[in-house]
Amino acid sequence: MITKRLFIIPFVLLSVISGCGDYGSRDALSEPEPVGGPPLLRRLTDSQYHATVADIFGSDVPVVARFGRALRSDGLISVGTGEAGISPFSLEQYDSAARGVADYILAAERRDKYLSCAPENVSEFDENCATDFVKKYGEKLFRRPLSDAQIARYVDAVKQGSAHLGDFYAGLKYGLVGLMTAPEFTFRIERVDQDSNGVRQLDAYSKATRLSYFLTNSTPDQELLRAAKDGELDTPSGVEVQVRRLQSSDKFELAVRAFFTDMLEFDLFDDLAKDSEIYPAFNSKVAADAQEQTLRTITYQLLERHGDYRDLFTTRETFLTRALGVVYRLPVPSRSGWEKTEFPIESGRAGIQTHVSFLGLHSHPGRSSPTLRGAAIREVFLCQEVPDPPPDVDFSAIDDPEGNPMPTARDRLWAHNSQAACAGCHKIMDPPGFALENFDGLGSWRQLENGAEIDASGSLDGLDFSKPSEFGVALSQHSETPRCLAEKMYRFAVGRDTVWYERSYMDYLIAKFEEHNYRVPELMRTIALSKNFFAIAAHQEHIAELADRSE
Amino acid sequence: MAKLSRRSFLRGSLQGAMVGMGLPLLNCFLNDSGKAMAATGQRIPVRFGTWIWGCGHIPELWVPEQTGREYVMPAHLQPIERYREKLALLSGFDVKLDGVPNKPHVTGCFGLRTGIPVPDRQVKAPTFDVLIADAIADTRFRSVEVCSAGIQRSYSYRDAGSPNPSETSPLALYQRLFGEGFQNPNNATFTPDPNYMVHKSVLSAVQEERQALMRAVGAEDRQRLDEYFTSVRELEQKLALQLQPPAPVQNFLLPNSPNEAAVDSEISNVLENHRIMAGLLARALQCNQTKVFNVLFSDTASNLRRPGVSSTHHTLTHEEPVDPKLGHQREVAWFAQQSMLAWRDFLDAIDGIPEGDGTLLDNCLVLAHSDCSIAKSHAVEGIPAMIAGAAGGRIRTGFHLAGNADPITRIGLTVQQAMGLPVASWGGLSMETNRTITELLV
Repeated sequence: MITKRLFIIPFVLLSVISGCGDYGSRDALSEPEPVGGPPLLRRLTDSQYHATVADIFGSDVPVVARFGRALRSDGLISVGTGEAGISPFSLEQYDSAARGVADYILAAERRDKYLSCAPENVSEFDENCATDFVKKYGEKLFRRPLSDAQIARYVDAVKQGSAHLGDFYAGLKYGLVGLMTAPEFTFRIERVDQDSNGVRQLDAYSKATRLSYFLTNSTPDQELLRAAKDGELDTPSGVEVQVRRLQSSDKFELAVRAFFTDMLEFDLFDDLAKDSEIYPAFNSKVAADAQEQTLRTITYQLLERHGDYRDLFTTRETFLTRALGVVYRLPVPSRSGWEKTEFPIESGRAGIQTHVSFLGLHSHPGRSSPTLRGAAIREVFLCQEVPDPPPDVDFSAIDDPEGNPMPTARDRLWAHNSQAACAGCHKIMDPPGFALENFDGLGSWRQLENGAEIDASGSLDGLDFSKPSEFGVALSQHSETPRCLAEKMYRFAVGRDTVWYERSYMDYLIAKFEEHNYRVPELMRTIALSKNFFAIAAHQEHIAELADRSE
Repeated sequence: MAKLSRRSFLRGSLQGAMVGMGLPLLNCFLNDSGKAMAATGQRIPVRFGTWIWGCGHIPELWVPEQTGREYVMPAHLQPIERYREKLALLSGFDVKLDGVPNKPHVTGCFGLRTGIPVPDRQVKAPTFDVLIADAIADTRFRSVEVCSAGIQRSYSYRDAGSPNPSETSPLALYQRLFGEGFQNPNNATFTPDPNYMVHKSVLSAVQEERQALMRAVGAEDRQRLDEYFTSVRELEQKLALQLQPPAPVQNFLLPNSPNEAAVDSEISNVLENHRIMAGLLARALQCNQTKVFNVLFSDTASNLRRPGVSSTHHTLTHEEPVDPKLGHQREVAWFAQQSMLAWRDFLDAIDGIPEGDGTLLDNCLVLAHSDCSIAKSHAVEGIPAMIAGAAGGRIRTGFHLAGNADPITRIGLTVQQAMGLPVASWGGLSMETNRTITELLV
């Protein structure tokens, strides 16, 4: 019975939030007073670490490390970065990545590219040159200028290293290893100051960092650090200039990719296995191409075509490789590389939820799973939480899946729905899951399961459909679809879950999103330019101060 | 935390960087009890590990009808019959939920390991292996986590935000343990690499910002930063160890590098990878690379599968009808039995290494356990567990003990005490206990 209550509550809340979007007389299109959150300590994600090293030292620099499974919280790794710690294993990885980078850039044939000076005698310490190096790369790595104490500390480390190893560059190497093992690099440590009205907000360098990782998934560039230094990020017009610049750069696409990689839970591909006898077409190339296919489709639709987010669920336009063509059973003439194409109408396939990256990911190793897929549709695209199954389910009514009495998943799950404890959640999960049953556990089309015709009809919260493509239409028309995207994008931007006091801000974001015809770059721009983006909640600081005093 | 006494002793007595280490370590150096090495005064360390298999057991095929020493091993324990003297079977201990929702395959496992059941992976206390490592680890690795089913997860958590990830590939495990930074204890000469010293001192420099950073962040983040600096300090200590000659180890053979292997959940690959990784782990324990380990044979919601079969071990537990003749699920029982065969492989690897007057296993305390008892109903009552090894003479084995629905924290409490932790009571609410399983302690 607990289960039933659990599933009903979110729906009641949702209807409250979405049903009465307009609080009082406030104009939904003007931003409410900022609420903000606490300053955060966010661990760099894997992809941010790689992008950051590439931006600072060059894209040829190898990063050899396995950072371990990222923590996902409230549906996003971006939120997990504000909670994740660093285990001894992870630190080993940061350390070894740092040594790899340092060895590479300080190799005799390359170091001149990175240094503007050289010691007279290689075996001796050169203080000026060391100081130059530490200041230049320290500021890039820590995303703010180093304090004098920090400079002195790392220059001294270079000095000690030069003396012990009899080689100035070996000393530099360990200075750089230190900078890259420091928490100021591996974490984004947000700092707070006050604006001219005494309102607490992020300091200029923390603003630069938040903007940069949100809009480019990488570290602030030279120009952004300069703008922070010159106080330009403390004025709305200064921020606007930078947001425009970052959004029109090539790197903006990487941010959009990072967001959707996170939202679509592509990290799960790391642990994904398929039975090779049942799905001989599956291999690591298919797994990699499947993710790339969806990301290409998304950036094409949202950036190149500047399209409506909701059309992602109905578009037949996509990109394929030969390896994917085998799974989709579509001819791909190009021998290697990507080909822009379109799913034929008769393929029954439309929308990113009919891609292998969704269908294969949310299935068992040897068969499809309407339950896993249904739960993923709810959680990933509609931001609805599906409770865990009750611990004491009686499965005795369900026969072996290969057996005859219940050939299709719908038959088997129907048996479930006769049990009150199960019925509640399965009524939520199953319809979107059944809608995709024409796709097997890898994502290939099928008409029959165990010889019986698959019935893919159903209703998604009142929107009826009779086949997979119609389900995509229902999903695109669902009122929660754009709302969920706006919410996730905001969480991605600020690295935390939204709080109750931000509900009118969320209404504002959604109203703006609607006004912009659901264009995602505009949504990101709205977030980046909003006062709430940099605001720091007063009460959070108060708590931190109290903790300070008690020490 | 760094107990470097034996190493300091070696260093002090041998003075200087270049040290001859040509002496074979002979058994005659052992004192009468075989527990200490007379030549160096070095005691053989006691190691702690856990070995997890998913989806529980078939009670009638696993739980012996008798308790005490004279028990008959049911069918699924047959593979480990030869280890009966080195095993203590613990049945019938419960995770008490205290109203916490039971997240299938998760709540039971963390309840057992942290003493506090949680409805998800947000642990409220460290898992006991981390507490034990805090107390005893003075080795190159604080702990080593391994999973043979292709999943990077582990059930070793310092806190909710920082689980220790598992190595899934035998080759990657080999490289981590015996690749860069490994010093063969039986090399004839030892030359400390000055790079380690410089590397170590720059890590000290990194920690000098600690106070300033702690002031800059809120209370919760302070804890995360603190954890970060703890990890930095550990790395520093690890480098300090590299500057000293490793203690010689008798009968140590550097294992060969394994080949690149298929890493997935197909049962024959899992069994093979598990055997290889168990062998590597045993060698690493033998030469003091770590004192603590956590092996995940199969994830708690076991994804093990047979080739060409559409169901996994876990989905079978829910879907397979009970065979009317057998009275249980036939395929599920097959996987449960494979788990015990794998456990035997693990014991073979650890027990196969002679050490002192016994084997490596005699100097280990390995707790094997699952996440539930009957997977079909996700029951956390009677989660099967067993202890292997004598913990260097601190643990008594050779019997079956029925827990009679006592809180399973009694096991966690007892193993911590056996490993020398000064803990009198452990667990939360109904799980809190001060009742040591005295039958286990010598």
